[in-house]
Amino acid sequence: MSFNLDPKIPAGPLSEKWDKHKFEMKRVNPANKRKFTVIVVGTGLAGGSASATLAELGYNVLSFCIQDTPRRAHSIAAQGGINGAKNYPNDGDSVRNLFYDTIKGGDYRSREANVYRLAQVSNNIIDQMVSQGVPFAREYGGYLDNRSFGGAQVSRTFYARGQTGQQLLLGAYSGMMKMVAKGKIKQFTRREMMDLVVINGKARGIIVKNLITGELERYAADAVLLCTGGYGNVFYLSTNAQHSNVTAAWRCYKRGAGFANPCFTQIHPTCIPVHGDYQSKLTLMSESLRNDGRVWVPKKKGDTRKPADIPEEERDYYLERIYPSFGNLAPRDVSSRQAKFRCDEGHGVGPTKQAVYLDFRDAIKRDGKEVIAARYGNLFEMYERITADNPYNTPMMIFPAVHYTMGGLWVDYNLQSTVPGLHVLGEANFSDHGANRLGASALMQGLADGYFVAPYTISNYLASTPLEKVTVDDNAFKDAEQAVKLQTSKLLGIKGSRTATEFHRTLGHYMWDYVGMSRSEKGLKTALDGIRKLKEEFWSDLKLNGDTSDYNLELHRAARVADFIELGELMALDALERRESCGGHFREEFQTADNEAKRDDENFTHAAVWEYTGSNSSPVRHKEELVFENVKLATRSYK
Amino acid sequence: MATTNNMTLNLKIWRQKNQTSEGKLVDYRVENVSPDMSFLEMIDVLNDQLVRKGEDTVAFDHDCREGICGMCSMMINGKAHGGFKNTTTCQVHMRLYKDGDTVVIEPFRAKAFPIVKDLTVDRGAIDKVMAAGGFITANTGNAPDANAMLIPKPVADEAMDAAACIGCGACVASCPNGSGMLFMGAKVSQLALLPQGQPESPKRALNMVYTHDTLGFGNCTTHAECEATCPKGISIEHIARMNREYLKAAFTYHEKNRSEGAG
Ligand SMILES: Cc1cc2nc3c(=O)[nH]c(=O)nc-3n(C[C@H](O)[C@H](O)[C@H](O)COP(=O)(O)OP(=O)(O)OC[C@H]3O[C@@H](n4cnc5c(N)ncnc54)[C@H](O)[C@@H]3O)c2cc1C
Ligand code: SF4
Ligand code: FES
Repeated sequence: MSFNLDPKIPAGPLSEKWDKHKFEMKRVNPANKRKFTVIVVGTGLAGGSASATLAELGYNVLSFCIQDTPRRAHSIAAQGGINGAKNYPNDGDSVRNLFYDTIKGGDYRSREANVYRLAQVSNNIIDQMVSQGVPFAREYGGYLDNRSFGGAQVSRTFYARGQTGQQLLLGAYSGMMKMVAKGKIKQFTRREMMDLVVINGKARGIIVKNLITGELERYAADAVLLCTGGYGNVFYLSTNAQHSNVTAAWRCYKRGAGFANPCFTQIHPTCIPVHGDYQSKLTLMSESLRNDGRVWVPKKKGDTRKPADIPEEERDYYLERIYPSFGNLAPRDVSSRQAKFRCDEGHGVGPTKQAVYLDFRDAIKRDGKEVIAARYGNLFEMYERITADNPYNTPMMIFPAVHYTMGGLWVDYNLQSTVPGLHVLGEANFSDHGANRLGASALMQGLADGYFVAPYTISNYLASTPLEKVTVDDNAFKDAEQAVKLQTSKLLGIKGSRTATEFHRTLGHYMWDYVGMSRSEKGLKTALDGIRKLKEEFWSDLKLNGDTSDYNLELHRAARVADFIELGELMALDALERRESCGGHFREEFQTADNEAKRDDENFTHAAVWEYTGSNSSPVRHKEELVFENVKLATRSYK
Repeated sequence: MATTNNMTLNLKIWRQKNQTSEGKLVDYRVENVSPDMSFLEMIDVLNDQLVRKGEDTVAFDHDCREGICGMCSMMINGKAHGGFKNTTTCQVHMRLYKDGDTVVIEPFRAKAFPIVKDLTVDRGAIDKVMAAGGFITANTGNAPDANAMLIPKPVADEAMDAAACIGCGACVASCPNGSGMLFMGAKVSQLALLPQGQPESPKRALNMVYTHDTLGFGNCTTHAECEATCPKGISIEHIARMNREYLKAAFTYHEKNRSEGAG
């Protein structure tokens, strides 16, 4: 089988592509919409906004999520904000500017046309969310307030205290609830998608596990939207919620959906450092803190003095020193790497020496404690609750942590995967962020996909595709269900000695040590060997109790870990094959004299798209060449 | 941050196989609890022990583990989320306990929240209340420019205070009547404060209150336990604002959908 990786970018000038395409796409007439059923897996910003909008248009929506209610999807945890090119502060922002920053931020590894569209619809998102009652921060005059985020020299980030994701998700959720009440959305909570059903080459349904009863359920539809979020939890420790996982995307990959750039991972510079083996997650401290906090380490290696006792001239404000024009607001990949370099050199602080300071002393001196409290009060409280340190009096200690995955299922301009009828939205797709995502752009992308892109492109798909009638009694459903059953009984039959969490943690060590912030050929090969061995051990030594007739949380966990292990292998392979450094993907062999990422545009200006070829053969690496007609590829510099 | 004074705790945990079976408190002992652990990480340690012993793990709800998704619940020593100010269960840290403490852990209990298993309850009734009116009818694509409507900062801030509700249900579990007035009041109040939400406001209050009452939530008799346990500091003033909206509605849409218990 060969992949069709035609990105289907509409012809015409960049700024007119989307309008032209919207005009040319086929539409479903209002009376016919009610004849179509669309499955939406996931209720985060992408899934929530898509479900609400498709239902408003008249489609029948079946909505699925793992949590007990759609409102708890992982998007809820986003703190800092959402970008929009409104130029309200009159600081020279524009659609073109946001487009350019995003392309550059992604280190020229994303698709121009998609990114431009994203910047275009960003403004509609802000309007839409305000009209739904999202209480964004305002100035005294009643106008919306903005702040800056890393990688940008304008203030274009809209926010709702430190709870922007929560407020946006509750907006999308309220839209969903409105349509649930009207009967246009059927809501299935505590469900986990276990497989995709493909009939005559088209996505026509899903197999779902009812997490409470353990039973498998079948759902048929005319199209499937996958909005299942990112896979950062492959590292075991990340800032993602506990239920974030790759299973849905992974099963689609095995059914023929290409997986693009799996190794593109974002490691966020400002998280609370690891403090023990029992630790279950890492907590992000919003990047917005870098608007006022200054990052530093002691100039003296192994300095054990209290931060307050270290005089000014003995502090290295290394981001300000190395990147004078962006300073503490240097992009995430760059900031994370610099923190790692400092710690590797022996300047790290705190009990583990794997931390740097984020200091608010000067901001408090300048603006007063009250102003800082109004900006970051809840973040400071959260920090204190976790660490028992008060950031008003002593600098925060922070360290990079896995946060976001730019890789994901490959999609064309219409957000359709290599499996017709399977559309992928939000963090689950390989996204518009290239090799590095800028802050406040994931919320924007999820809502752009769900509110303003997919509703048009799905209509086009439904209007232009002959769709045979299918029912859940078709063989394809039976076979897919059988495959899930088989895997489950295999897992339960191992009766080994190591828990799913143990395997997950070991996988996490391989990923963090060798497929993390800094990668090398040698390290990646070590990871590949280790993960392959781990996979064998998992399938021969997993300890699991109980059966399928119950709310068996360990079983659910084990099934996810099985997929994470396979994904880990693919990530290492992808990182090995990409013989260049770009964005968050830093290969030690490819760096400039001053340790910056060195791209190889001649050989790697493409998205790597992996095709599954069976459990006993290696996946095949395909390419989608990225064509830049509107921006000139340049060395990314934040100096 | 790192401490070596690890503790041993005696836990009494509610175990119940499913909604219809009987439940009881079961004793467990957890050793080597670090003060830096979160409460849920302490239960993870217990569950790890149980898996190794071949026993069924304790089922509990959680997801973000940073106090924002509202999924974690638990009554800890009789208090929803443990009774610490502005704190969800996942944000409770073990340094708040002492070596040798006995801790009783039970599910949120309320008529509207049937038990699913152990510490997991079904809070689907919250969605049903929201579906009855917890939204502004603004279809995608119709919105005017976001700055077309100015909202004074104090109003926006108050709406944000109300909007901070995470839908955890602690207010319901801590209320002697099992009332959902606080989370519902927070939503009605948020939308009533904002100009965008005002056109539908009275009708929203009426429909939500009506639905609330049919789902097994009890009346509000102003015990204010809800406000005291709410991890997001939602004020009972929002209940008062909802009642005002409700009364307006009762004048406008009298008789239709009229329900008891908004007072
Ligand atoms: C702590 C934190 C802070 C962040 N802050 C910001 C920020 O300030 N600005 C910004 O732009 N971005 C931020 N991000 C990134 C952003 O929040 C996410 O990328 C984005 O919310 C993802 O949205 P989504 O809709 O794609 O997926 P999610 O919100 O992750 O939703 C996934 C959904 O899929 C469901 N699901 C998953 N698997 C299955 C399955 N197998 N079966 C059924 N359902 C399934 C889940 O139940 C859930 O409903 C932050 C991320 C984190 C972790
Ligand atoms: S009002 Fe408070 S206690 Fe009640 S659901 Fe909301 S956050 Fe939880
Ligand atoms: S787990 Fe999300 S609030 Fe506690």
